[in-house]
Amino acid sequence: MATHTAEPAAGGEAAVEHLTLEDRVWLLRAMLMMRGLEERAMTLYRQGKVPGSFYDGYGQEAVSAGAAFAMGPQDRLCILHRDLAAHLIRGVSPARILAQYMGRAAGITRGRDGNVHFGDRHLGCVGMVSMLPDMMLVATGMAMAFKLRGEARCAMTWFGDGSTSRGDFHEAMNWAGVQKLPVIFVLENNQYAYSTPVDKQYAVDPVERAAAYGFVGVTVDGNDAEAMFEAVHAARERALNGDGPTLIEAVTMRMHGHAAHDDMKYVPKEQVEEWRKRDPIERQENRLRVLGVDIDSLRASIKAEIDAAAEEALAGPMPDPSSAVEGVFCEGEAEPLGDGQAPWSGFGAA
Amino acid sequence: MPTLTYLQAISSALRDELRADPRVLLMGEDIGVFGGAFKVTDGFVDEFGTDRVMDTPLAESGIIGTAIGAAVVGMRPVCEMQFSDFISCGFDQLVNVAGKMHYRQGLAVPITVRLPSGGGFSGGPFHSQNPEAWFMHSPGIKVVAPSTASDAKGLLHAAIHDPNPVCYMEHKHLYRRVKGEVPSGVFETPFTARVAQPGSDLVVIAYGAMVSVAMEAVSDGLDGASVEVLDLRSLVPLDEEAILDSVERCSKVVIIDEANSTCAAGAQVAALIAEKGFESLDGPVVRVATPDVPIPFSPPLEAAVLPGVERVREACRELLAY
Repeated sequence: MATHTAEPAAGGEAAVEHLTLEDRVWLLRAMLMMRGLEERAMTLYRQGKVPGSFYDGYGQEAVSAGAAFAMGPQDRLCILHRDLAAHLIRGVSPARILAQYMGRAAGITRGRDGNVHFGDRHLGCVGMVSMLPDMMLVATGMAMAFKLRGEARCAMTWFGDGSTSRGDFHEAMNWAGVQKLPVIFVLENNQYAYSTPVDKQYAVDPVERAAAYGFVGVTVDGNDAEAMFEAVHAARERALNGDGPTLIEAVTMRMHGHAAHDDMKYVPKEQVEEWRKRDPIERQENRLRVLGVDIDSLRASIKAEIDAAAEEALAGPMPDPSSAVEGVFCEGEAEPLGDGQAPWSGFGAA
Repeated sequence: MPTLTYLQAISSALRDELRADPRVLLMGEDIGVFGGAFKVTDGFVDEFGTDRVMDTPLAESGIIGTAIGAAVVGMRPVCEMQFSDFISCGFDQLVNVAGKMHYRQGLAVPITVRLPSGGGFSGGPFHSQNPEAWFMHSPGIKVVAPSTASDAKGLLHAAIHDPNPVCYMEHKHLYRRVKGEVPSGVFETPFTARVAQPGSDLVVIAYGAMVSVAMEAVSDGLDGASVEVLDLRSLVPLDEEAILDSVERCSKVVIIDEANSTCAAGAQVAALIAEKGFESLDGPVVRVATPDVPIPFSPPLEAAVLPGVERVREACRELLAY
């Protein structure tokens, strides 16, 4: 089992194999929307409108945008808290996301859970829990069902460098390897688990462990949405061909604190500055600008969309306190996850 | 109606479900080719194959976590913990992922977790526990505990049909000791209590293996008293109406738990009676439970802590005399 590093894409141009210009704009759009929404949410947080703390994925937008873009409508996703672009690609509206952050009734969890702890079940997504690698097993179980039923589908989940230290990482990787399941594990290595740097987390780069579980491990530039897409696209092909799981290590950097309250004094300034030069959005914009894409008007349209979404979310009510004890149990039929949006041109959509 | 042991009734429910519903999938350690540590799934692979009677890696978190994943994409997994004690390794997945899923996201998690529980056979501290209260305290998980062969089958069918995570506490001590007439085919036993024996002077409230202990304890008539035995069958939901009804009729209550005493199911029943049945009482609510110690290995030590017939009888006599 080979562990290899995917070809790093150069600044201005990328080895685009499967993406049309429209797809590449879609990736940029998803990343811009993610950053814009999170910036707006941070403002709302500072205004006291977002309860609790606030968590974002600034600088990591390419990981979720590129990966989710490679997934088909019938694939299933367990999405982590710095992966907002995946929700956008699956079709969650910006207004519902802002309502979610503010604990409003129109949020995806109707105020029952906060920030990015959500998944729209109608769009094939399961929301994360705070015990981060837990969802690796859930995704593995989805893939197990797909394989048992002979369906050409796969499951994908994200988790961080800190997650690689926990038992569920091992249980999921081992299970998926033993049963050769169509599951994609995206290790979002953003260098820090809260304040703990990776050299206190593991002795060996965790991508190397894939070989020990009997499947392929790939390291990708996590700040390149197109490289992420290609890596996940290839992993999905392997999964659908019956060749089992893939571990993709997306190397990136957490540019903000763990959450809004964290000033991340523990991160050397030079490290942040170094990574700032590799901003995933700037990179995608540079690629597309030379191809004649009007970046300014794209940014303007996204800003207008976010303004409208914020207005809608702020106008929506808080949940009714009397509903707090409702919905612990399912009283009707168990309804499985529905299909999500899958905008990649390769799926024949849009 | 065939006569089955408690264990055969569990097997029968699983077999009928596998035959009736292609979504049903059994997962566990050594349940396939070997047929399970207690032989509940003996011979199943011959009829259903190794995909549907799956020998999993030795990974309890893995079993619960993957079952959750399979459930949300349309399967009906039935997980076997080889011993209920081992659910501690799958606790996080069950409590945090499965139990909270519907409340948070409106997503149902129809999984059944079979938990072979209880002591009485020198299993020691890691093969004898009764962990049901852990899950009663965790929102979003149902907990049932059959005491008869017929309920063992009916409750298991109902658990598998239920759209929520259900902990099915099957008592190892009852596997081959309890026998009874069991209807054939698929039927559901409701998650409600059952009057195992009607009475009017005192009610003994129990579930699982403690129902047999209660029945035996009151079998000598307790000096002519009319003693009721209420079998809870379901701990979540707890049949408050049936409990309060028995208390109202009998006025004196003994509650038995094989589990450790503090915060056990019986403690919840006692709290319920204190809150809502106080006016009906003619004496203190009496509890008989395992003291708060790990279950010891050596027979005289184990017998000293588990509630037995004599302790229950004595508790009833004292309360009747109150």
